[in-house]
Amino acid sequence: MRAFTYVRATDEGAALDAIGPAAEGAYLAGGTSLLDLMKLEVLEPAVLVDLNPLPLAAIEARPDGLRIGALARNSDVAYSPFVRERYPLLSQALLAGASAQLRNMATVGGNLLQRTRCAYFRDPATPCNKRKPGSGCPALDGHNRNLAILGVSGACIASHPSDMCVALAALDAIILTRGPRGARSLRITELYREPGDRPDLETTLERGELITAVHLPNSPFAARSRYLKVRDRASYAFALVSVAAAVDLQDGVIRAARLALGGVGSRPWRVPAAEAALEGKAPSETTFRAAADEALRGAAPRRGNAFKVELARRCIVKALRAVAEPT
Amino acid sequence: MKTVGRPLDRLDGRAKVTGAARFSADTPVADVAHAVIVSSAIAKGRVVKLDLSRAATEPGLLHILTPENAMKLQPAAPDPNSPVDRVLQILQDDLVHYSRQPIALVVADTLEHAVRAAALVAPSYEATTAPVVELEAREGRALAPKPSKPGDEHPGVVSRGDADRALAAAFTRVEATYTTPFETHNPMEPHATVAVWQGDRLTLYDATQGIFEVRRKVSASFGLPKESVRVISHFLGGGFGCKGSVWSHVILAVMAARLLQRPVKLALTRPQMFGLVGGRPRTRQRVSLGASATGAITAIRHDSLSATSTFDEFVEHVTAPTRAVYASPNVSTRERLVRLDIGTPTFMRAPGESSGSFAVESAMDELAVALQLDPLELRLRNHADVDPETGKPWSSKSLKECYRAGAERFGWSRRPREPRTTLEGGALVGWGMATASYPAHLRPASALARFKDDGTVEVLAGSHDLGTGTYTVMTQIASDTLGVAIDKVHFDLGDTEMPETPVSGGSQTAASVGSAVHAAAREARAQLIALALADARSALAGAPADDVVFEDGRLSRKSAPERGEPFEEVLRRAGRRALEARHDAKPSPERERFATRAFGAIFAEVRVDVATGEVRVSRLVGAFACGHILNAKTARSQLIGGMVWGLSMALHERTVLDHRLGRIMNADLAEYHVPVNADVPAVDVILIDEVDPHVNDLGVKGIGEIGTTGVAAAIANAVYHATGKRIRDLPITLDNLL
Repeated sequence: MRAFTYVRATDEGAALDAIGPAAEGAYLAGGTSLLDLMKLEVLEPAVLVDLNPLPLAAIEARPDGLRIGALARNSDVAYSPFVRERYPLLSQALLAGASAQLRNMATVGGNLLQRTRCAYFRDPATPCNKRKPGSGCPALDGHNRNLAILGVSGACIASHPSDMCVALAALDAIILTRGPRGARSLRITELYREPGDRPDLETTLERGELITAVHLPNSPFAARSRYLKVRDRASYAFALVSVAAAVDLQDGVIRAARLALGGVGSRPWRVPAAEAALEGKAPSETTFRAAADEALRGAAPRRGNAFKVELARRCIVKALRAVAEPT
Repeated sequence: MKTVGRPLDRLDGRAKVTGAARFSADTPVADVAHAVIVSSAIAKGRVVKLDLSRAATEPGLLHILTPENAMKLQPAAPDPNSPVDRVLQILQDDLVHYSRQPIALVVADTLEHAVRAAALVAPSYEATTAPVVELEAREGRALAPKPSKPGDEHPGVVSRGDADRALAAAFTRVEATYTTPFETHNPMEPHATVAVWQGDRLTLYDATQGIFEVRRKVSASFGLPKESVRVISHFLGGGFGCKGSVWSHVILAVMAARLLQRPVKLALTRPQMFGLVGGRPRTRQRVSLGASATGAITAIRHDSLSATSTFDEFVEHVTAPTRAVYASPNVSTRERLVRLDIGTPTFMRAPGESSGSFAVESAMDELAVALQLDPLELRLRNHADVDPETGKPWSSKSLKECYRAGAERFGWSRRPREPRTTLEGGALVGWGMATASYPAHLRPASALARFKDDGTVEVLAGSHDLGTGTYTVMTQIASDTLGVAIDKVHFDLGDTEMPETPVSGGSQTAASVGSAVHAAAREARAQLIALALADARSALAGAPADDVVFEDGRLSRKSAPERGEPFEEVLRRAGRRALEARHDAKPSPERERFATRAFGAIFAEVRVDVATGEVRVSRLVGAFACGHILNAKTARSQLIGGMVWGLSMALHERTVLDHRLGRIMNADLAEYHVPVNADVPAVDVILIDEVDPHVNDLGVKGIGEIGTTGVAAAIANAVYHATGKRIRDLPITLDNLL
């Protein structure tokens, strides 16, 4: 690990000042990804700005929804009574991720920016366009079982590994930030870039821009939502496929639907076309399958992850069946 | 009160859970320097340049060992009598044979400085030919292993009868190819060595399953008399076979300490444990079984390919159980090797027996289907009453009892014959079974027992405790044999200054070292009694030998129990601080008349999600007959652990290589999967105690590895029963079942 300067942020402004305009600084929250990547010599920041002193860990119910501070720990969010009652999808997704120890450290802000688990990204002895632009992508024809089939490019097929973000995408989360040019908010779907020919650029955040909170609008989906995660072992594994599904079912008709996928996309993969295929319909296997087909339209699988297309279809149908079943 | 057999808690348990137990890398050594290996990024080629300019300026740097400045060693040719002796990569040239091979060693004052300087070493490589790491890619160039004895014209081939002819004539025949993946041991504790020179004497604190093998290899490599090298290893955080050999890092640490004239500590990182210290090789096995209309096996043919490195030979002996487990007049087995650009594989958790039993026990299930016979009934009909390979009687065998007890506990008789018939809560449920077996090895071993005048007994054998319970069972054996309470017996191990014992592998420690401890204790006890009888002042003076009782540390007369004394009185009166006896135990000629093997039966229930193909094992029952059980608790724990590793082999473990880079791409414990608690159901172990007067003095067969055998097949067979789909390639993952 490269030697670095450690700075404790005293307030948001100081954090922004400390990180500076150069690409040499990194914010430290829970550290569960960052420190691993520093040990692997994948990330080598010269300055670590520790955000933990900042008062950004509150989870507050508000008239227009829920506000979750960026430093709220994954476990605190998952077990928050507000979250469990009003956004059970988020609680389920958080508890499906990592291990209890990691969830106790990992933060909401950090998890939004979690880096891919692509083995080539994490191994500096190999080429990787995301880590070292232009060096190539061995994952295309190499070990890609856990990589993406949607939103990929010829330069990168890395998958976004977070469970939490899949639920947040389904719940229309708003990301609140503060940057050199002041505060702003953006939809979670606007936070991420697809790899294209610049897989090293993962988000639309400006240099030094700090995520301060996540806002969840009021949701009609609490009664009928489900996070389904399929993986190679029962716990402590990244999703091969995950599905965040929610419906607002009234008088036997799906008034509104939310569908987002994990494990298959270059970013948390919200699928409006699949939602449209559900809305206004009565729940049925045919409807669910049509939505699943919509969700996988444009999938670009490789040899090692081709199974994800059919697996994702089946998971979508299974999750929809579960959320639409009579109560 | 006798302690052998009782479920005593592990004597080292408290030290382990309180952190008092010192593992090799924990050894406090003054002024120790820290070494970090620089690993090759390529899998095949040469290091043409090592740019040290950036590393050289790192603070705390002490030395960078490269092929240019490394000591030139005459590495002793691997000992042909030691199957664990490996060809090493110790900076003697610039060649790269596999990814993550050591290409330099950085030594610094702290671990952090060494890690950073190692990262700044900038190698330039010349990779002229692409690495080949896929077994199938070199199938056409498979070769016979080295002859195991002179004059062996067809090494790797064993046959009796005429398997091909019998197969052609068989009423029913099944034939299929099974594959098992490259796997990596991953003990919790990484390999670690602390090398301390004092003049020309060397002390090594090493995480090893073979302290005497380390001593031999290190002393031979550095041209030292073996007495000049002391190896110490009191605790191991798991071994699983990879710590049974001396690997390159040990020699490199010793070399660095020599050159720096300073103690050096070298612990491998987790990624460095993928390639440098072995793994279970990939196998491709073709199995053919022929049977009569009544289900009697008439022919077995088993051809195997297993991977080894380009520079050393390791054979995964998958066909050994094939020749031993079922009666068949015609058997032909053949093992061949494929050389790949990988680190040399090695023994791993029931080597051969677990990979081989997956193939043969799966084939048995396929034969049962073909014959429309219950799989258990098929096995009973082919029970080998004597060893089919040698015709010798078994020293003991209780396999039928294992089948019966396991089937009863599991409820096997209620199993529907047809596959894919049980659906519960969105999951297909299936039941499968397999035979487990593992040879009962016994090797020469020595031990010493020493009565001391403070009322305690010291018992020493240079063995190892891999976390298995060696400390505990040896203390139990000594306590019972001596007639001294268990808290007065101090058994110690893990030091080459102690009597020599074999490598702790092959499930042979309890039998081999236990026999030595038993004999040494018996001799010490006899000498102490003789001393008392000859002492006119003793309460036992002149007593006939058969009137002597030695219990709870006290000598007395059976005819007059009140006339006695504690043993330390005898020593004190004789003016002796201690009385000791040493014994060198060897397998008896009597044992040669028998075939020796432990057996068991595994029953598994799986649930396969109809929609997603996810497989979960919901029940696992194992019934085992492994001779006399020394400690019911540690035995049970070992067998549970073995079965969990079998489950792991069935569903989880796979070392993933990038076929173009030749590099292991899941070199950490997040991506190299072993089961987590949620994957493991209640594991039910049934112990069938056996009385075996022939296998060794203690009647012990060893339990370290049998638990793993048969489990992968039992689970694969259960998956077939659940889904109707036969998976012949491990691990079984959901994409095979969509």
